[in-house]
Parts: sequence; structure tokens; C-alpha cells
Amino acid sequence: MPQGPLFLERKSYRQRRLMDAVRLLPILGLVLWMVPLFWPVVPAGAGAEQGVALSTSVTLRYVFGVWLALVVMSWLLWRRTSGEAAQDALSDPPQQSD
Amino acid sequence: MVALNQLVLVCLTYVVFLFGVAFMAERAALRGRGQALLRSPIVYTLSMSIYCTAWTFYGAVGYAARSGLEYLTIYLGPSLVMVGWWWVLRRLVRIGRSQRVTSIADLISSRYGKSNVLAIAVTVMAVIGVTPYIALQLQSVVLSLSIFAASDTGLTAGEDSFNATRAALWVAAGLAVFTVIFGTRNLNVNERHHGIVIAVAVEAVVKLVALLAVGIFVVWGLAGGLGETLARIDASAIGTWEVQGSRWAALTMLSAAAFLCLPRMFQVMVVENDDERHLQIASWAFPAYLMLISLFVVPIAVVGLDLMPQGANPDLFVLSLPLSQNQNGLAMLSFLGGFSSATSMVIVATLALSTMVSNHIVMPIWLAFGKGGATQSGDVRNVVIRARRVSILIIISLGFFYYRASGGSGALAAIGTISFGGVAQFLPALMGGLFWRGATRMGALCGLGVGFALWVFTMLLPSFGPDVFLSREVFSQGLLGLEWLRPQALFGLEGLDPTVHAVFWSLTLNALVFIVVSLFTFPDPIERLQGAQFVNVLQHGAPTRGWTASVAGSEDLMIMAQRILGAREAQAFFRAEAEAQGLAGQLPEPTPAFVQALERELAASVGAATAHAMVSQIVGGTSVSVQDLLAVADESAQMLEYSSQLELKSRELSETAEQLRAANEKLTQLSLQKDAFLSQISHELRTPMTSIRSFSEILRDAGAMEEADKTRYASIIHSETIRLTRLLDDLLDLSVLENGQVSLHLGQERLSSVLDRALTTALAGTDRRMAVEVGPGTKGIVLQTDLDRLVQVFINLISNAQKYCHAEEPKLTITARRTGKGLTIDFVDNGAGIAPDEQAVIFEKFYRVTGSQGDGAGLGLAICQEIMARLGGRITYVTGKEGTAFRVNLPRSALVEEPAGADAEQRPDQLV
Repeated sequence: MPQGPLFLERKSYRQRRLMDAVRLLPILGLVLWMVPLFWPVVPAGAGAEQGVALSTSVTLRYVFGVWLALVVMSWLLWRRTSGEAAQDALSDPPQQSD
Repeated sequence: MVALNQLVLVCLTYVVFLFGVAFMAERAALRGRGQALLRSPIVYTLSMSIYCTAWTFYGAVGYAARSGLEYLTIYLGPSLVMVGWWWVLRRLVRIGRSQRVTSIADLISSRYGKSNVLAIAVTVMAVIGVTPYIALQLQSVVLSLSIFAASDTGLTAGEDSFNATRAALWVAAGLAVFTVIFGTRNLNVNERHHGIVIAVAVEAVVKLVALLAVGIFVVWGLAGGLGETLARIDASAIGTWEVQGSRWAALTMLSAAAFLCLPRMFQVMVVENDDERHLQIASWAFPAYLMLISLFVVPIAVVGLDLMPQGANPDLFVLSLPLSQNQNGLAMLSFLGGFSSATSMVIVATLALSTMVSNHIVMPIWLAFGKGGATQSGDVRNVVIRARRVSILIIISLGFFYYRASGGSGALAAIGTISFGGVAQFLPALMGGLFWRGATRMGALCGLGVGFALWVFTMLLPSFGPDVFLSREVFSQGLLGLEWLRPQALFGLEGLDPTVHAVFWSLTLNALVFIVVSLFTFPDPIERLQGAQFVNVLQHGAPTRGWTASVAGSEDLMIMAQRILGAREAQAFFRAEAEAQGLAGQLPEPTPAFVQALERELAASVGAATAHAMVSQIVGGTSVSVQDLLAVADESAQMLEYSSQLELKSRELSETAEQLRAANEKLTQLSLQKDAFLSQISHELRTPMTSIRSFSEILRDAGAMEEADKTRYASIIHSETIRLTRLLDDLLDLSVLENGQVSLHLGQERLSSVLDRALTTALAGTDRRMAVEVGPGTKGIVLQTDLDRLVQVFINLISNAQKYCHAEEPKLTITARRTGKGLTIDFVDNGAGIAPDEQAVIFEKFYRVTGSQGDGAGLGLAICQEIMARLGGRITYVTGKEGTAFRVNLPRSALVEEPAGADAEQRPDQLV
């Protein structure tokens, strides 16, 4: 593959990093949404330890909070990367020089 | 209360409205108007909402009421897939566009070498996996209708006025009609079904609005605000976190996999995609849609649990809550929302499945048994469209019969999960096909088979409960009494949740078998070409060159294309291709690129495998194979060898020609020499003859003569006759030698004395003195050969030197030297030597060195050569010496060894 320049100008550099963010966002989402795996599970009827379990209002707010954050970040990234330069960066193979 | 008839009326109005929207969209698309809307990313995103079926609309609330927040996993997976669009979906869409893929079965079969077997397998699995899902939609519509029916006639006597089966039948029939009308208008699946897509988008809005409306009503109307609702949630039965970690992770993964693999999702995401950029917009818009859809699920469930009577079906809270509060308008909207979810899913799923069935099952069978294959005339389009319509009817009726057979029982969520598990089995083959060039058809087939069998055994059959398909013994003791074959504790893995257990085993073993078999099998050439194309799709790869289409007639291709694409479209396509090739006529040259493009075009209508089969019927199946490549390689190797042989031959020929030319030159030269010699010899003979005749005439005629004169004349005559005799002797000698009639007289003598003799004879009576130096090497060498002949050779060489050496002080050096092969004697003088062009001919008979005034006849060296050949040695002219140099070689047999020599033949002691 033909070697491009080793260093990019500021704008293209910014575009590349934004595309990195696009790629990494689902991983962030996965990690955050797998946090519930560490929440304590209390079998129904174990009354004494009721206090330990997280209440649904908290968990609900957490899951939907992550959701909203992902949607907003995704939207921001789309706004910043929908230009021509980003489309070019998209079609570039990822192993190009940075 | 809402009357059932009123509901049906509203429902029918809604359906007519949908028909109208779809119809107008088709019209607008046909006239090229409204493209901005039809092709907008919003419509694309909304059409994806068919992921949210009646299972979501009704089932999610029921799911939440039973299992708390676990229902969210079904939406988290797809959200992650969409947010991660860059990784997988981008590739899928690019491949779908570049390969003109019509369905997920088409994609998988196309990736693995356009294999029809694989396409059929995937199609069958998809139909089996999705049929329960379609039944689920029918069930939900019927259930929701029954609620109204119950409320219409009083809660107790629902059954009388409402026949569930008949209602299901009517719904199924209506859906089938809609799908047939809008789903099979055009054959080319890659052309978007604008009518359906728009209708689905409208339905997506309706169901979102309905669910949000119910949610808002519940939160702010019934629960009394957000804070109140949250407090109520915490106080309810699902008020704490109770989701098992394994189920949370497994279901999220399963829903993500199903989102990619569901035929209907593939249809709207990949096949109906118009612009790759829409994907990135959908990457945030669709998760937002999912978030909104699932936002009010928990409040509705909690309030429903609170307000509704004990035995009420939580799956229908969305409908029954507004009804119980006498919110008829809201209930109607909610019903339409559920109806929308169900119908849009059934329509698109049926469309996707019918495409798969007609392309991968009906068409191959028709091609195999049908009226003689692809070259026959007649419109195949009718066949394909009819096949597709029949497939639609079959699939919807399958769903209907499944609904009837299952009796409408079971929680909605359970059926949905099972269906997800079935289609998720495509995931390893799909992902492997996208990212791993080493994935093979056999691997995909084996992986799919294993995964699907495990899914049936651990998920589908157990879902019917004990003693329906699997007996109770099988559940507790395993299949065939084998402990490790229990459907919910496979290989002894006990204590897992059944769903997690089934998903874990089926997907793990599926992937494992897929990878292992792929590692150990070798793909076809066409498989490897396709694999490279799929994996490298983002690198702007060149299209595969599958065809060597020189034998394909353009007319045949035209006939076939007309039957599938339609006459007008096919002609337009061919004309465009011909123009692209720079040809004036209607028919392009059947170049590989053109046949490739045509196959793609056909694939958009009938699928890759069928298109490939049809084109290969005409082109003669001449896609590249390894054998072809080998043959080509072999041929070129042969040609290389042949050409090198030719080169060798021609080199030999030119060498021979060179030799012949040299020989010819030599012959010509010799012939010239001979002519010259003949005139010379006649002159030589004539001169003494003339003087003999003259002097003998004087002696005869002159009467008186002085005695002195008489003696002088007589001696002249004498010497002339001697000269003549010598000449004749030489000629005779040569002829004798050449004829091999000479007999050798062997004798022994020292070399030095032989040389002495020769020197004495040769130098006797000469007026010109020549210094002769005999080297020390001649001492002590005893010869055993024909000594007289050898002396003759030596005399010749010495007298030649004396005659032709024109140095001021002529000198001849004679050296002798023993070699491994015998004896070498060199005669070197200090004269001018012999010119290189004459060196080759000096040994020829009659040759005399040019410019020499000697009296010889030019026979001396020829005689020498003959003699030496007789003696077993040879005489050569040595180049590179200062003057003329001759070398005489004698063989070992001609030498008598010194006394020390072991092989002395004859009494060496005598000779010392």
C-alpha cells in the first residue's frame, strides 16, 4: 500500500480520532451495560437482605442513563463526522499511518 | 366501552389507510417524485423498527411484570449493534450493495461459493425459526381483539361472539393480501419496496406514539407523576434487581445476534438500504427509538400489576389498562399500535422469507425439472413472481397453523426468545464469512447443522413442555437414556438457566465446529474468490472474474435475461453495456466483465446461486477452477519447454551451418589449390620433359659434338629424369600411404641417432647454412617404430625449415619431451611462421605456401601426416610460437622404456 504522510495536519488528525471514537463507542456501551453483572442478586423472599439489593428505580435510571448517553454521543459523533473528510477516513483501511 | 364492530371498522379503516399510503408511495416512486421522503434516513430508521413487534408492544410489559428489568436485554443488544455500526453493519451493507444480495440466505450462500445447498439449509432454518414468531404476531392480534370482545360482551361470555381461530384466519388472510400486492410488484429485490417501507415507517410511528401515549397516561394520569411512579416501582414485586448475571449477558448477546441474523432485519437494514450514510444516522436514531419504546414498559407493568385484577394477563396491560380506565380512544390507539407492530413484522418477515424460499428452493427445482433450462424462451418472471406469492401464502399459513397447533398458549416472551435462538445460529457463518477468509462452505454447513440441531433439542422441543415432543424420561434421564444428553443439562452442565444453557451450547459448538471444519477443509476456487471479495469488500476490490465467457453467445444471454428481467429492462441493460463497450449495436460482447455484471443483475432478482446456475447453463460452467488454472500453468510450462527446445535446435542448426560453411570454404579453397596444383604439376612435369626432349634431340641430331658438351647434356637429361622420378615417387608414396597398403618395418634406435640421420640427409648439399640446435631431452630416448618413415618425416620438416625460413641467420630448434601419452618432438625455427588462414590447409595434399619458390610439389606435409597416422602418432602445427613450429607426437607404444621401466618390451639392456 502506498505510504501516506507520517503525520497529518490538525484537521485530518481530528477526523481520525473521531473515527476512533466511533469505533470505540460500542465497546464503552458494552462495558457499561455489563456492569449489572456485578450487582447483587437477591432471591425473591430473602427479606432480611432486602436492603442490599439495588432498587429498580436506581437500576432503571442507570440503564437508561447509559442509553441516553450513548445516543447523544453517537449523535454528536455523527454531526462531527458526516462531512466529506470523515467519509474518506471511513473508506480508508484502519491500518494507515496516524 | 368500545364495540367490537366499531373496533373492526377502525381497524379496517387503518388498513385501508395503510394500503393508500403504500399505493401512493409506489406511485410517487414510479414517477420519481417524493424521493427526498422515500429515500430519507428517517424512513430507513423507522423501517428498522420492525424489530419491535407485538412481542415488544405487548410482550415487553408482560416480560417486565414477570422478570423485572430483564426485558431490556432484548433492546440493549440491537442498540449496541447499531452504535457499533462501523464494525459489522457497514460491511454487511457494502456487501449487500456490491453483491446485490437478496436475503441472508443469499448472502451466506454467495459468500461460500454460491452454494445452493447452504442457501437451502439457511432458508429451511430461517423458516423453522421464524414461523413461531409469525404465529406469535397472530396470537397477539387475536388476544388483543379478544380483550375488546370480552369487554364488549361482558367479561364472562367472551367465547360466544368471538371466534379466535376465525379472527386469526382473517388477520392472516389480510396480511397475505397486503404482502402479495406490495411485496411482489417488482421482481428485483434490490429495488426498494417503497410501498411496504413507507407503510412500515407509518406503522413504526403509530406504535411508538401509542406506547408513549399509554405510558404518559399511566405515569401522569394514573400514578400521579414521575416521582410517584418511581416510588411505586420500588414498592412493587419487581422493585429490586433480580436479574441473573448469566441471563443478562446471554440475552443481550442473543438479541444482538438475532438483530443481525433475522431475515426481516436483514431485509430492511441491508437489502432496502439506499445510502450507506443512512446507517450512521440510524446508529443514533434507532437506539433512541428503542429507548423510547422501552421507556414506559416498567411503569405500565407496575401500575398494571397494581390496578388490574389478580389473574389478568400482564401481556395485555398496554391494552387493558386504558380500557379499565374507560379511556376508549387511548385503548383504540393502543390497539392500533399493537396491530401495527404485528402486521409490519409479518409483512416484512414474510417478504424476506418468501424471497428466500422462491430463490433458493423453488427456482432451483424449477430449473432442474422445469422446461429445459435457462436458454428456452418465455418469461421466467411470471414463474418467479408466482413462486414468491405462493411462498408468501405458505409461510403465513404455516404461521397460522403453528398458532392453531400451539393453541395460543405460552408467554409471548418465551416464544420470541426461542425464535431468536434459532436465527442466531447464522451468526458464526455470517461473521466468519465477513471477517475470515479461511471460512469454508463445509465449515459453515457443519456449524449450522450442529448449532441448529442443538437449538432444536435444547430450546425448541423442550419449549412445548414434557411429553409433547420429548418425553419426561428424556428430560430427566437424557436422550436414549444417556445422562449427558439431557436437553437442559447437556454434557453434564447442570444448574444453568435453560435459555442460557441452550444459547451457550448451541452457539459455542456451532462456532467451534464451524472453525474446526473450516480449518481442515479446502475451499473451491469460486469460494475463495467470493471469500476474498467479502472480506476485502471495504478495500474497493475488483469484482471476481468468474467467467471465461468467450463461448457464451450474447443472444442466449439476452434471451435468458429477458425472461428474468423483462424484455424492456433486459434490452436497456444490454444496450447500456454495449455502449459502455463502445459498440453500436444492441448486443455487447460477452466479455467476462459483462457476464459478471449480468449475473449480478440477475442475482438481484433470483438470488446469487440461481443466477450463477442459470448463467453457467449458457456459458457452460466455465468459471475458473483449479484444474483450469493448472492446465493453463501446464500449457505454459510445455510451451516454455518447447520454445527452449526450439532454441536449442536452432542453435545446433546454426552451428552446423557454420561448420558447413567452413567446410565449404575449405573445399573451395582446396579445389582452387588443386587446380593450381594441377597446372603446377603439369608445368613441373612439362619443364623437365621439355628439357629432356630438347637435349635428347640435340644429341640425336647434332652429328659432331664435343665430348664435354655431350656429357653436360646427358647429365642434364639425367638430373631432369631424377627430378621427375622423385615427383612421381612422392605421388606414389602418398597414394600408397593413403590406401593403407603400406607395411611398417619396425626397428629400434635412439632418437638422437634418428635425428642425426635426418639432419645429415636433409642438410647435405645445401648451399645455405642453417643452425640446428638439438635439445637435451632427446638423450636417452629409444624408439621402437618404423624408423625410416620417421626419418622421412623429420627430413621433410627439417628441409622445409631450411627452405622456407627466411631469417637472416636461420636456426632450427629441436626439442623432445616425454608426456603422459608418449613423446613430443617440436621443430621450431625462427622464421616468419605460417599465416593463420593457411594453417588449416598446410597438411592438405598439393598445398604450397603462397609465395614460396620451392621446387616441392606440396606433398611433403601431406605425406608426413599420413606417415604419422600410420605410426600411431600425429603431426600438428603449433600456434603461438615465434616462427614456424611443428610438433610430432609419438604414442607410448613407440617408446622403449628405460631399464627401470617395467614394461620394456624388448631387451633394453642392449640399447644403452
